[in-house]
Amino acid sequence: MSEHPSDLRYTKEHEWVRIGDDGTATIGITFFAQDQLGDVVYLVLPKVGSSIEKDSKMGEVESVKSISDLFVPVSGEVLEINKDAIDHPERINEAPHDAGWLIKVKISNETELEQLMSSNEYDQAIAS
Amino acid sequence: MTTETRKPQESHQTLWDISVPGRSGVRLPESDVPVQPMPDAALLREELPLPELSELDVVRHFTRLSQKNFSIDTNFYPLGSCTMKYNPKINDMVASTPGFSGIHPLQPEETVQGALELMSNLQDMLQEITGMPASTLAPLAGAHGELSGVLMIRAFHEQNGNPERKVMLIPDSAHGTNPASASMAGFDVVTVPSDDQGNMDLKALEAVANDKLGGLMITLPSTLGLFDPGIVEVCEIVHEAGGLVYGDGANMNALLGRVKLNDLGFDVVHLNLHKTTSTPHGGGGPGAGPICVGDKLTPFMPSPVVERDSEGGVESFKLVSPPNTIGTLSAGHGNFGVLVRSYAYLRALGAGGIRQASGDAVLNANYLLKRLEHLYYLPYDRICMHEVVFSGRWQKAQGVKALDVSKRLIDYGVHPPTMYFPLIVEEALMIEPTETESKETLDAFVDVMIAIAQESGQTPEVLTEAPHNTPVGRLDEARASRQPDVRYRA
Repeated sequence: MSEHPSDLRYTKEHEWVRIGDDGTATIGITFFAQDQLGDVVYLVLPKVGSSIEKDSKMGEVESVKSISDLFVPVSGEVLEINKDAIDHPERINEAPHDAGWLIKVKISNETELEQLMSSNEYDQAIAS
Repeated sequence: MTTETRKPQESHQTLWDISVPGRSGVRLPESDVPVQPMPDAALLREELPLPELSELDVVRHFTRLSQKNFSIDTNFYPLGSCTMKYNPKINDMVASTPGFSGIHPLQPEETVQGALELMSNLQDMLQEITGMPASTLAPLAGAHGELSGVLMIRAFHEQNGNPERKVMLIPDSAHGTNPASASMAGFDVVTVPSDDQGNMDLKALEAVANDKLGGLMITLPSTLGLFDPGIVEVCEIVHEAGGLVYGDGANMNALLGRVKLNDLGFDVVHLNLHKTTSTPHGGGGPGAGPICVGDKLTPFMPSPVVERDSEGGVESFKLVSPPNTIGTLSAGHGNFGVLVRSYAYLRALGAGGIRQASGDAVLNANYLLKRLEHLYYLPYDRICMHEVVFSGRWQKAQGVKALDVSKRLIDYGVHPPTMYFPLIVEEALMIEPTETESKETLDAFVDVMIAIAQESGQTPEVLTEAPHNTPVGRLDEARASRQPDVRYRA
């Protein structure tokens, strides 16, 4: 059974994207990613209002094992960051696809969404 | 091996727990000057809760603590990539000789000729080992050697009118210090992937070897404990693109007396004397990370370098600065005590001895590989060098992580191996037995690893709750990082 909800889109860098009713994208890291990382202890996220470009580095996630870069799944402007997750990085382990979201983005190029994977495709990618 | 938890005993108490008001270990003579009141403004704080103890209380407390120390002198310590080999005591005896221990870095050169001769001889030996024509003992640690090396590569390109060569290539298996050093020296780091055999992917390397290339930092054998058979080709690709090759010598214990890095194409290499030549380390040092340097980079070496002068038939030694030096790295001339120990080690073993040391180190690692490969997944199924990297993925399927295996090893009196590194191996367990361990010790370790593999299948909770036999059990490392509270409050 997949831990990765079918209503989200995924990247090979283990980020997920949820498109809200208002068209904004919520971004986080996947269940698989947090499971590999182990307990997350520190987050570095981009500034609200900054422009981020697809595939560029947007921040870092530090766990008890390692520090990993976060990559931008879709270009746009950062509308909001999850302050609760910064103060309580354990949210990412507890609920990676919900309370552990990282940033909300106003998408600048909708066609980029087509390059993201479905949950099935993502599950296949991590199984190989 | 029992799993009962040891009760916290008096050895667990802090100095404040055993403090008794009014108790003291010293008796001060009566003051023969009038007591003066302290102006309030001079007081930093109101209370200073110092423990009150007798001399015997203090001696027992710290002796007990010292007995808890875990070290290569007490237990098997197969910490991968750290080469925790035995530190022969004669090294310490030699370093304690008053002529070495009592001198000062600012003494005139003519009064420390013996010390300089030792440094000069050590430079010669390291050059012989690496095949490099020059060296300096100035860097104080491995990463310090890395920083010197990449700063020299930077200076080389700038002097040749190529300041745009700012890309430093680093394999995805590298020590984390490599990208950090390159970044500090102003390079942009580009990661080169490994192929499915754990070697550098030559096609991927060729794709990024262009006119922006500053150099490549590579560890040989790699952090996977593997010798890359394409290493000569790797160096050629980098050189053809105009870059230079930095060799991270952290794993030199596999190559001592076997391979001259200069012959392979390296331009600069650091050696971790505290690993490869048996000086004490752990707990942060002190170390020594001398660099051995090829012709292109010799003028840029950090200062000082010891120079031998045989003019007029009389040998003398002096400290010199190379013409285009990147500068001085520290006060003094490196960690001199470490250099003396290293020299004593190399002299004691001799050329044949160091060759046997590397051979035995590789033999011991392969012995563990063969005896454990049916119980722990081997991601790269080939002969290893001085260390073997297993993956705990079979145990993970049973609900046991590499971390749990490591914590359980503590119960059995073995220092945990390096975990979760290299990053490209899932649930990595990197085991480096070193040449100084006997077959009996290796067999005892194998027995422990067999027992742990059985526990993983039968009683995984024994592992996930380990350690059981230590003064404190499993520490909450995540909480310690999330909410660090490092101040003791009495």
